[in-house]
Amino acid sequence: MTQTLNGHRVWKLGADIDTDVLAPGHAMKYSVDKIATYCLESLRPGFASEVRPGDVIVAGPNFGIGSSREQAAAVLVKLGVVAVVAPSFSGLYFRNAFNVGLLLLSCPDADVLQEGEQISLDTQDLALVSSQGVRLACEPIPEFLLDMARSGGLMNQLRIRFGKAPVK
Amino acid sequence: MMKPTPLAQTLAQKLIARAAGLPSVLPGDIVNCKVDLAMFHDSSGPRRLKPMLDELGAQIWDKSRVVLVMDHYVPERDDESRKIVRIARDWAREQDLPHVYDSQGICHVVVAQHGHIRPGMFCVGGDSHSPTGGAFGAYMFGIGSTEMLGVVVTGEIWLRVPQTLQMNWRGKLKKGVTAKDMMLHMVGRFGMNGGQYQAVEFSGPAVMALSMQERMTLSNMSAELGAQVGLIAPDEVTAAWLQAAGAPTQDMSDWHTDEGAALTRYEFDASELSPFVAAPHSPANAEAVGRFTGIPVDVAYIGACTGAKLDDLRAAAEVLRGQRVAAGVRLMVAPASQKDQREAQDEGVLQVLLDAGAELFPTACGACAGYGETMGDNTTVISSTARNFKGRMGSPSAQVYLASPYTVAASALRGVITDPREVLA
Repeated sequence: MTQTLNGHRVWKLGADIDTDVLAPGHAMKYSVDKIATYCLESLRPGFASEVRPGDVIVAGPNFGIGSSREQAAAVLVKLGVVAVVAPSFSGLYFRNAFNVGLLLLSCPDADVLQEGEQISLDTQDLALVSSQGVRLACEPIPEFLLDMARSGGLMNQLRIRFGKAPVK
Repeated sequence: MMKPTPLAQTLAQKLIARAAGLPSVLPGDIVNCKVDLAMFHDSSGPRRLKPMLDELGAQIWDKSRVVLVMDHYVPERDDESRKIVRIARDWAREQDLPHVYDSQGICHVVVAQHGHIRPGMFCVGGDSHSPTGGAFGAYMFGIGSTEMLGVVVTGEIWLRVPQTLQMNWRGKLKKGVTAKDMMLHMVGRFGMNGGQYQAVEFSGPAVMALSMQERMTLSNMSAELGAQVGLIAPDEVTAAWLQAAGAPTQDMSDWHTDEGAALTRYEFDASELSPFVAAPHSPANAEAVGRFTGIPVDVAYIGACTGAKLDDLRAAAEVLRGQRVAAGVRLMVAPASQKDQREAQDEGVLQVLLDAGAELFPTACGACAGYGETMGDNTTVISSTARNFKGRMGSPSAQVYLASPYTVAASALRGVITDPREVLA
């Protein structure tokens, strides 16, 4: 398994990105697939249609504050976002993200990355490499959470536990 | 030989140690806890849990420890909400769940009214305002639906033992100043992630002087502080509430922070606190009301688990008794539960609000979370709810200010943001 993944395009967002802007209340009655089409609509119109599988979000502090709605993390998985990088996350969002298979990287220096820049992720040693080759270290994450994200989330781990086939 | 001194522990550590079956725990430890109670609602619960449970072929670990509350999509307004609520009702019947509260009010208030949350318990809720349970000296926090599925099939959940941030309030609140103002002050000072997912504990004479419902407001908005939980050590006020709720009596003497336990303490003087208001679009944009007085409002909203319990309705009525709201202002009241509404009716509080021109809305989450009748374009709203994120209560162009029920009512009366102390004087 290759640990370093190259060529992730950066979407740059500000501080305090809340769950309600990721998964708007008016859309919460729909499935994750449909909520995803409204992701960030009031902040970055066009994000949901322009984001490509493999992209990463680089945000300011306190990403994911607000609701317990895990759809706020699941929509990013649905849209193909492979990781969110920020100096800090809401604790509740942090749990939800790993539970639905979204990797979050706490990186104090994330702000040096630029919109549209292609970066690499080292998911083994938890670091980012900018397009200029600058390596940015991320804070450690407990191994069982990394395993959960690699498995595609808690549901896949439960599928295995209950003798069902995991879904990729 | 000297006996070893027992480790001084915080309330959070004691609650977690009990649930983890350990003699003691230290901040930073990752432990597995047995869950005493799992609460979820129509939005986070059956609609998401049922398909996953069916796929796993798994069963609920202990139905007596599950509480289901229908509060988000009731009353049903369209085909999607009808479907979501139908799934919850059918599933409750099919599973023969013993604790189901359908359209009785908002989950955090309803579970407390029925004595489900008691000192010493370890609870999870499928909603971010689940820290409300901390007001009873229980370790209760919010989780997402997939993690709730994990709890529902195993009865357990992992936890990193938090540090404790103790918010110690000395002095006495002035007339017209409430728990909501204390909370907006703290969120303004520390920010929405200032709690860093640690355990906040509210203490001191000004906290212990609060009614149970006011304590619930404090713990409820621990979510806006970014804390995992918002704990208050139980006392006779807690015991009286639990007795009235029909909960079994219990020994509560261990559920407090020990003298000398390691924690970070912040001091506040309640006597000096003004009513607080948070400007759009964050609860952290909070300042004393004087900064905002005179801003015209279109809608005054008294609703939600945070701001429409009986004590909140009483506060609004105290301001509005014998008066009418300003011309052009819409006063919307959505009591937090049927019980709160009934009691407000019995006391005459509800009539005061209706006579003042209030429109009554269902006892559900409603506009607070963008359900029910939401806020229109370019509306300026002053609201007793917990969150004013852009677009949360409806249109992204709506400007939502957060305040106490006193301040919301006073602003409805004058048509502009008003310091309630001017009206109460």
